[in-house]
Amino acid sequence: MNKVEKAVLLAHGDGGKLTHQLIQELFLAYFGHPALQELSDAAVITMTRDQGPAPDGLPLVVTTDSFVIDPIFFPGGDIGKLAVCGTVNDLAVSGARPLYLTCGFIIEEGFPLRDLEAVVQSMAEWARIAGAAIVAGDTKVVPRGHADKIFINTTGIGLLLPQAQLGYQRVGPGDKVLVSGSIGDHGLCVLSQRQGLGLQIGVESDCCPLTDLARDLIAQVPGIKLMRDPTRGGLATTLKEIALASQVDIQVEESELPIRREVRGGAEILGLDPLYLANEGKLVAIVAPDQASQALDIMNQYSPAQEAAIIGQVLLGRGNVYLKTAIGGTKYLDLLVGAQLPRIC
Amino acid sequence: MTKVLASYRDPELGKKILAQVEQWADRACHRLGRWPVIMEVCGTHTVTISRLGLRSLLREKVILKSGPGCPVCVTDYGDIDRAIALARLPGVTIATFGDMMRVPGSHGSLEEVRGWGGRVEVFYSPESAVDFAHCHPETQVVFLAVGFETTVPAIGLAIEKAQALQLGNFYIFSLHKLVPPVMRALLTDKEVMVDGYLLPGHVSTVIGSNAFRFIGTEFGVPAVVAGFELVDILLSLAKLLRLIAEGRPQVLNGYSRLVREQGNPRAQALIERYFEPSLASWRGLGNIEASGLKLRLAYRELDAGLHFPLEVPTPRIPAGCACGEVLKGKVFPQQCQLFGRACRPERPVGPCMVSSEGACAAYYQYEAQGAGDQWEGADE
Repeated sequence: MNKVEKAVLLAHGDGGKLTHQLIQELFLAYFGHPALQELSDAAVITMTRDQGPAPDGLPLVVTTDSFVIDPIFFPGGDIGKLAVCGTVNDLAVSGARPLYLTCGFIIEEGFPLRDLEAVVQSMAEWARIAGAAIVAGDTKVVPRGHADKIFINTTGIGLLLPQAQLGYQRVGPGDKVLVSGSIGDHGLCVLSQRQGLGLQIGVESDCCPLTDLARDLIAQVPGIKLMRDPTRGGLATTLKEIALASQVDIQVEESELPIRREVRGGAEILGLDPLYLANEGKLVAIVAPDQASQALDIMNQYSPAQEAAIIGQVLLGRGNVYLKTAIGGTKYLDLLVGAQLPRIC
Repeated sequence: MTKVLASYRDPELGKKILAQVEQWADRACHRLGRWPVIMEVCGTHTVTISRLGLRSLLREKVILKSGPGCPVCVTDYGDIDRAIALARLPGVTIATFGDMMRVPGSHGSLEEVRGWGGRVEVFYSPESAVDFAHCHPETQVVFLAVGFETTVPAIGLAIEKAQALQLGNFYIFSLHKLVPPVMRALLTDKEVMVDGYLLPGHVSTVIGSNAFRFIGTEFGVPAVVAGFELVDILLSLAKLLRLIAEGRPQVLNGYSRLVREQGNPRAQALIERYFEPSLASWRGLGNIEASGLKLRLAYRELDAGLHFPLEVPTPRIPAGCACGEVLKGKVFPQQCQLFGRACRPERPVGPCMVSSEGACAAYYQYEAQGAGDQWEGADE
């Protein structure tokens, strides 16, 4: 046996280059719906009368996400909270008000019922906080060893907010790039909890719903062009995706990046770049330059430590992301490639 | 300590030192009649230089090249093939640092073998691999011991722990490499044209700055041991360029807050206790005498190479891969015909594109593609 058969690698699920390849070369080849081709956080679907009794022009927003995090309980959250917030946030940054969630559980035989109850309680609480009702679900139990404790899939349905005018095509040169708070907290928190690592860095996951923040931004900042939540692959990967989809360049100022000291230190120890660490309670916004400070003020209302920042701007270009370093050098940022991270979302 | 560290990261201070770097670069250029060529021999320096955007800042002042400073990158195809063969043995678990997962051997990588069903576990420390072996007596755990002098003491401590626990299922596959011998190989290679070397700070904390004095005394080339913060790198570059400009072939310690002339005796004793120098095969550089480490006779029961004697076919080296030339600083990553085309971080052909500390990956990740154009003809 000399030749290794082509198989799915862990890196196919890290949100970086191989994930993109898998989506482009396999999934999109078979699932060709225009709403999917957008490759945004959620699909906007407009029901029409010929599809059934739904009223015309009701812009539904739909998204789905699966959660396989290890460990399932971590400082600042758990897999249940993450399963609600992750899906709700995909709706929120797509300009929707989350209304309904479905949840599917795949549970390993032997998983403690007490832990299951804690997860379910957490889901109920965070769904209530996010204003979404859990209306359908499914449970499967697999033999011990066939899954890792518990996997959860959540699908979210929301309604597009009337003022929402978001889209890659709206992004243009001169727009400002904002991030709603410190980056890399979730990724580093989960990584530091990893068995055997023994890191005591005191960083909590930033996992939380972005519904209110996104709603306020859409309502009060007409010049908001696009929002994304930089989860897997981190801020750098998200910026690169925006630059590619909008066919612009993005320049980010390193000195403006909100990175907590503990995250920077922990990332250094592990040889990681905070720009590529996952976030679960932050959004990136592209805003017209004259409204950037207004958007920043709103973001800081939701950031107790006032860590929101204008980190850069959009330039004419064709999909490159540049980081201006603190001493004036330039470095090029690409999609995440094969990071050695545990499952983080 | 935090305040001290902050001063080493102060961008304003960095800009002031950068001006000195440029001044000394101009003088060095004046003396040589061409841009000075500096090689860093440490993967972390490679990444730091890229992250700071230093190459873009020093454009048309200094040529910064990356040498064999990443232990993953210099691991030979044959050794990767052996590790993959081990991973395929029933009842064997390969324990490794993350960077080794994606290094291509002749037929795939450890990551692919794991996808196919081989047992490969990633660890951040050798000690946690010992704990894993202790908790999983049903499997034979083989730790891929990759790294320069810096990582060897930690392997020594892991061996200590494995012996204290009387584990019968923990083995070391030693792929360690030593920096001074490879420096000697570079310095004797007539094709390697380097005016000064930035020496690895972490390695020097273990072996001491005196271990590199021969670079100046025997070969007449200046070198500076450098740390890893912004100010460390820039100060060391300024020092090195000054040595070049003044024609002084000295070896200086630019990381004296952590590096001693004699190094760390305790770490050296740990290396000495468990390992002895051996012939090692370096990717792109070939065999170098006494440039690797093998377990001493007293610890041979832990030697994976002896416990699992595997014959692997002669490695198949991909056509066109210039990793060897890149490691010698003969070409820049962008000058390899595969760079950014057949060889990309998501599908690396050569190891320099695999490790985050590899020269090609650092260039690809942090520097605009095409940045190497300025170097064409630089060696003429």
